[in-house]
Amino acid sequence: MANNYDVLFIGSGPGGYVGAIRAAQLGLKVGVIERTHIGGICPNWGCIPAKALLRSAEIFHYIEHAKDYGLVAEKFGVDIAGVVKRSRGIAAQMSNGVGFLLKKNKVDVIWGQASLTAPGKVTVAPVAEPAPKGALTPGDYTAKNIVIATGARPRALPGIEPDKKLIWTYFEALAPASVPKSLLIMGSGAIGVEFATFYKTMGSDVTIVELLPQILPVEDAEIAGHARKRFEKQGIKILTGAKVSKVVKGADNVTATVETSDGKVQTLTADRLISAVGVVGNIENLGLEALGVKTDRGCVVVDGLCRTNVPGVWAIGDVAGPPMLAHKAEHEGVIAAEAIAGKHAHAMDKLMIPGCTYCMPQIASVGLTEAKAKEAGFELKVGRFPFIGNGKAVALGEPDGLVKTIFDAKTGRLLGAHLVGAEVTELIQGFVLAMNLETTEEELINAVFPHPTVSETMHESVLSAYGRAIHM
Amino acid sequence: MPVEILMPALSPTMEKGNLAKWLKKEGDKVAPGDVIAEIETDKATMEVEAIDEGTLAKILVPEGTADVPVNQLIAVLATEGEDVQAVAAGGGAAPAKAEAPKEAPKAEAAPAEPAKAEAPKAESVPAAAAPAASAPAAASGERVFASPLARRLAKEKGVDLSGVKGSGPHGRVVAADVEAAPAGGAAKAAAPAAAKPAPAAAAPAAAPVSNSALLEQVKAYYEPGTYEEIPLDGMRRVIAQRMAEARQTVPTFYLTVDCDVDALLKLREELNKAAPEKDGKAAYKLSVNDFIIKAYALAFQQVPDANQVWGGDRYLKLKHSDIGVAVAIDGGKGLLTPIIRKAETKTLSAISNETRELATRARNKKLAPAEYQGGSSAISNLGMFGIKDFTAIINPPHATILAVGASEQRAVVKKGELAVATVMTVTISCDHRVMDGAMGAQLIGAFKQIIEKPMSMLV
Repeated sequence: MANNYDVLFIGSGPGGYVGAIRAAQLGLKVGVIERTHIGGICPNWGCIPAKALLRSAEIFHYIEHAKDYGLVAEKFGVDIAGVVKRSRGIAAQMSNGVGFLLKKNKVDVIWGQASLTAPGKVTVAPVAEPAPKGALTPGDYTAKNIVIATGARPRALPGIEPDKKLIWTYFEALAPASVPKSLLIMGSGAIGVEFATFYKTMGSDVTIVELLPQILPVEDAEIAGHARKRFEKQGIKILTGAKVSKVVKGADNVTATVETSDGKVQTLTADRLISAVGVVGNIENLGLEALGVKTDRGCVVVDGLCRTNVPGVWAIGDVAGPPMLAHKAEHEGVIAAEAIAGKHAHAMDKLMIPGCTYCMPQIASVGLTEAKAKEAGFELKVGRFPFIGNGKAVALGEPDGLVKTIFDAKTGRLLGAHLVGAEVTELIQGFVLAMNLETTEEELINAVFPHPTVSETMHESVLSAYGRAIHM
Repeated sequence: MPVEILMPALSPTMEKGNLAKWLKKEGDKVAPGDVIAEIETDKATMEVEAIDEGTLAKILVPEGTADVPVNQLIAVLATEGEDVQAVAAGGGAAPAKAEAPKEAPKAEAAPAEPAKAEAPKAESVPAAAAPAASAPAAASGERVFASPLARRLAKEKGVDLSGVKGSGPHGRVVAADVEAAPAGGAAKAAAPAAAKPAPAAAAPAAAPVSNSALLEQVKAYYEPGTYEEIPLDGMRRVIAQRMAEARQTVPTFYLTVDCDVDALLKLREELNKAAPEKDGKAAYKLSVNDFIIKAYALAFQQVPDANQVWGGDRYLKLKHSDIGVAVAIDGGKGLLTPIIRKAETKTLSAISNETRELATRARNKKLAPAEYQGGSSAISNLGMFGIKDFTAIINPPHATILAVGASEQRAVVKKGELAVATVMTVTISCDHRVMDGAMGAQLIGAFKQIIEKPMSMLV
């Protein structure tokens, strides 16, 4: 039967398309149902276009500081339309790439809005978005296994609902027609601080309002503190322990009432407000309730192998719960595909999922923060190494940075690594591998790190944890 | 996923071996631990155990095939829910380089012949002690793949990594495996399991319990303040570990005989009376135990095949009767077994003096390791405590141990009439891997005969 599959993925984001390719590699008949854009949020309206914008910001930042490098740059400026055009072009290229990969792996793309009508049965309804070439049409499909990979969407706070004009989510913020003179950002997670960096560099007057006492709440407090100082030095205003209680929309601006934890109330007026207060899983209209699929706080409840409580129904990625990161979704896609194919899939250790934030300076981390490690009862050895002690970082003109490593004093197990500074998002993987291979401080100390590289700061941080840093 | 069964390596140097026998047929269901085949080399025979549950779908290397290279696919197992036929078909297509079956020397279940002369020492890990095929690398002494953290945890916890089944990629031992492994082996020995019926909450026996977890569990049974915690000293730790290991791994059978010792007691009295004086003291004072040592030593010479110790994949057949004598230290604080070397060649008086001297030094913990390690067998004598009879736990690598009870007057039937005789009950514990019942009976029979006709010990 043509409409019958071994596995159908609902959603073609990083979870769905990667899982589909893996399932196809394992010889299964695979389909992916998509309603908006192949590749999902990440390449279209998430990670990739954001990185394209931030790259423009970074280059602009360097040109602004050309003098520091002995260079002369005159007559330069921002062409926001050009910046956005480049970003959109890259997004399209990546999305097309995903489409190509699916085709190459003989994964069917089915275009429309999916809902589960019974175990193993999916009805795909037509949608307004035009279907890509070669996509199968709406209709009834069956599959032995159905994987919910529908992702998440921006969370909307009551009374501060995004309107696409004055109150933005990342969708609008990724493709601005112009640079707002002033910008209020609610939320200081990865999305919030990345837009803060971008718009500040593009010339906006940026204020971040964070409910919790610390910006970047999931990061290590020391790293977040370091980043905050740098942000404030760049001129970004930051209010922590502060709540946007009310937003009044003007003709071309918004006025927000902000209450701080000390009881003070102030009003801030800005041209635009970006709501970056997290995302919620897309669990609606899928027929999950009727099938009895268990959900909790907006996410589908799954076990380590991405199985829901209903046999044959799986869930991966953002919709299956935090951390809501593309690489976590990809990995779960593979786990689900392998489990479905009867391979020995291993549950992922969520503690070892790294996180990367592309503000200036960049932030990257894996494992436990110092506070969490203490809370867990470990006796710690903590290493710190600043970029100022690293020749390559200084030569790059990036002497502000910190590598913090946290070890279990008893066993030498690497519990966490937290980095802030230039290009640390490309460094963190060294520590991720170390943790996955269960290395102790000894192997890290004995490894040779190439000179001159910023990665030497990683080595020095480990040495510092054991009281033997050289360049400090 | 069908499970591939590969030719195991019995030793680090083994490159090929003979597939002696299939103990399961195609289509047979197998459970983990089931012996499915026997592999032999010129030195040893080893059993291949199933690791997974399933159905033996296809045998790719027939019984009797000689020189099968290590790691060659020898069979395919269909796991639950898999089509045995399909797996068998798939397995058959695998590149099994089974050469024309040559007639291999029959191995059967009979134990391998006694170790050849060139086999120097028992360096191999006891194959029967470690579940054979479930950890072929470990059993053969090959490198154990383990993460650095797992290695460090194992070292701290005293876990032998070769006995830990790895759950990581390609069977790599990761930290969680070590955390789940019981420490050393001492853990089980230390558990006073018999002291009190374990409440239902106690962990199932199979579940590995760490030392500290066990301690907490045990302490939970007793009211705080009603006991004193006494840490193990080194000797107690070793005894706990070795005895628990012996009890768990040595298949032991017991043979008991009564010995009439009237003649022996009479001879002893006469010999002691006749002892020449030396420096105002008798040159010797023979104890019943000295006779037992001598008799036991001679018995081994009469039944030389019993004078063997277990070496894992072979035995060591000993020439001399080196007899260990269990000596209690400081009223129950421990136990040492100094050895009377070549006891068959020594006179009773020499044995007597040597035993006394060694026992004194043992009690003072002044023995050198060489004085209590090795040996043919050991004697544990609780007769002086009035114990009538008991069984002793073999001290590996020994294959036997003699438990000696008290000499006491009993009513016996002699030539159809009731009579009074002094009788001593002895029980020998035998390792069935080394000897069978008949050989054990021969050994203890020889002992009884010598004890009851004690003059033979003088010539």
